[in-house]
Amino acid sequence: MIRHCILRMMAMIPLLGLISLLAFGLVRMAPGGPFDQNRAPVSPEIERALRDRYHLDDSFAAQYLRFLKGCLVGDLGPSLKYRNHTVVEILAAGIPVSAVLGGLSFVFALGVGIPLGFLAAVGRRAWGDWLAGTLSLLAVCVPSFVAGPLLVLVFGVRLGWFPVALWGGVDHLVLPVITLGTYFAGRVARLVREGMTETLRQEFVRTARAKGVGEMSVLLRHAFPLASIPLLTYAGPLLADLLTGSFVVENLFQLPGIGTMTVNGALNRDYPLIVGLVLLYATLLLVLNFLVDLVHAWLDPRVRHA
Amino acid sequence: MRDEARKDPGQGPAPAIDLPERRRRAAGGMGWIHRRWVRAGLVLMGLIAAILLLPALLRVQPDQLSDNQWASPSWDHWLGTDANGRDLLARVCDGARVSLVVGLAGSLVSLVIGVSWGAVAGYVGGRWDGVMMRVVDVLYSMPSILFIIVLVTAVQGPVVGFLESVAGRRGAEAAPVLFLVVGLGGVSWLTMARIVRGQVLSLRQRPFMEATRALGAGHARLILRHLLPNTMGVILVYLTLTIPAIVLGESFLSFLGLGVQPPQASLGSLLADGASQINPVRTSWTALAGPGGALVTLLMVLGFLGDGLRDALDPRQRKSGHSEG
Repeated sequence: MIRHCILRMMAMIPLLGLISLLAFGLVRMAPGGPFDQNRAPVSPEIERALRDRYHLDDSFAAQYLRFLKGCLVGDLGPSLKYRNHTVVEILAAGIPVSAVLGGLSFVFALGVGIPLGFLAAVGRRAWGDWLAGTLSLLAVCVPSFVAGPLLVLVFGVRLGWFPVALWGGVDHLVLPVITLGTYFAGRVARLVREGMTETLRQEFVRTARAKGVGEMSVLLRHAFPLASIPLLTYAGPLLADLLTGSFVVENLFQLPGIGTMTVNGALNRDYPLIVGLVLLYATLLLVLNFLVDLVHAWLDPRVRHA
Repeated sequence: MRDEARKDPGQGPAPAIDLPERRRRAAGGMGWIHRRWVRAGLVLMGLIAAILLLPALLRVQPDQLSDNQWASPSWDHWLGTDANGRDLLARVCDGARVSLVVGLAGSLVSLVIGVSWGAVAGYVGGRWDGVMMRVVDVLYSMPSILFIIVLVTAVQGPVVGFLESVAGRRGAEAAPVLFLVVGLGGVSWLTMARIVRGQVLSLRQRPFMEATRALGAGHARLILRHLLPNTMGVILVYLTLTIPAIVLGESFLSFLGLGVQPPQASLGSLLADGASQINPVRTSWTALAGPGGALVTLLMVLGFLGDGLRDALDPRQRKSGHSEG
């Protein structure tokens, strides 16, 4: 088991190297340098000094190696748009915002989705089906950039219950979390409903009932743990989706998180920032997927020995 | 399996047991299944007809400017007008057309990549199959939208310049759409590759393949003439399911300003226009509800069509498709 973990972690390193090479190469392919005449008009001597300072005249391999060395000591270079800040500083400012938003949306998605899916599975067929059907339809067909502006319009502008944008107190979080979390609550509800209906049809549930175990206990202690395994498998992609979903939500509500930075970085052609963000997302996702696999192996012995 | 499903409702030990939707659908008889995707297809055709014909019938143009800004809905302008006095209904129809074209073309790109990748992996098998599927696994774990953002950031400049030099202004205007098609198609082929590979792996073992090989058919002929035609149903289903995903991705990027650029419109950029106009003084409901409603309807109909086709053409995926989630 420990050997398996170490192997998996070792496998991440070349993968990250490859991703960084791709991102770095793509960005270096783009035309224009940060100190071109039309971007920052300076005298030729100063330009030469600047290019020298940032090693822009070295070969690609040398630049990439220097970048990798920088990565190892936590230095991703300077931002081109925000001249006084390094990429690491900008990321450090944005990560807490995105983490709070993503974490709360995750809790919202599970907190709303699991009970709903559970009720849909064990409740009477008519309304259970209706509920799950409506939610999954909502989940698939109403994207956050349709729901978000409408929520802002109704609850922010017309009713004035919540602030329409920006980052501040708890009330600033309500609309973004609902906008981001609703879609995933629908997905979670659907997964739980399917897992529960499949599990409840299995023999061991019948055995438990035959033994005289109470209905509540059958549902919660016997069926639910097994039924929640597909949910766990989904947790990895869910977190990935929460990260990318936050592009729209952060942009819509003008939250200073890494989603907004990604979009602005792309619009401003801020190459070092983009490379830094790609590496950040890739690392985050690889680690998350790794953790999900670990928990999966721990819950389901069949996976462990596969 | 279908017999089992029919017996199940009466046999269920407790009323708390609910059958999955697909089982009940199967128990209801085949006619209903067929009707579902047929109906979705008919609605889709109606929508496309409306998108193409409505502006002409109402005699409104998508890019005709006027002084009549933010007009409320009226008989002349069913959805009112936008910030530049352009008719919103015509803009929504135009945007929906762009979104649909990107969805169709992008899913064709994903079809070509996914089918060739999956067919080759399944056909060659062995170590190469392992390597190719590992690549798919790794790509699965990446946020694909980010790839497109990087692509747009880094490569757009030179490509726009190239197209401008080749095709003039029209070429430069077509560049963002081209990027969306290639980018979104280029990241949406993973599921298709997996499915086709699975099919090819199982088909490869069949006696008819052995017989064809014994007759002297080459690799290309085996794949193109014998393996792929047998996977056509599945390919069609996943092609249909890819279209709404790409329409969604296109709207997503255009909403963020990274996709279709003005003066062209798509449903995403129209929504962004509407969202940017939310203010306490005067807000145009239709600027949000128009493109939003069109997008939701489009996604819903396309989704129904794909699901319905899957039920009709690919019964086996009904069972495993959901649990893979």
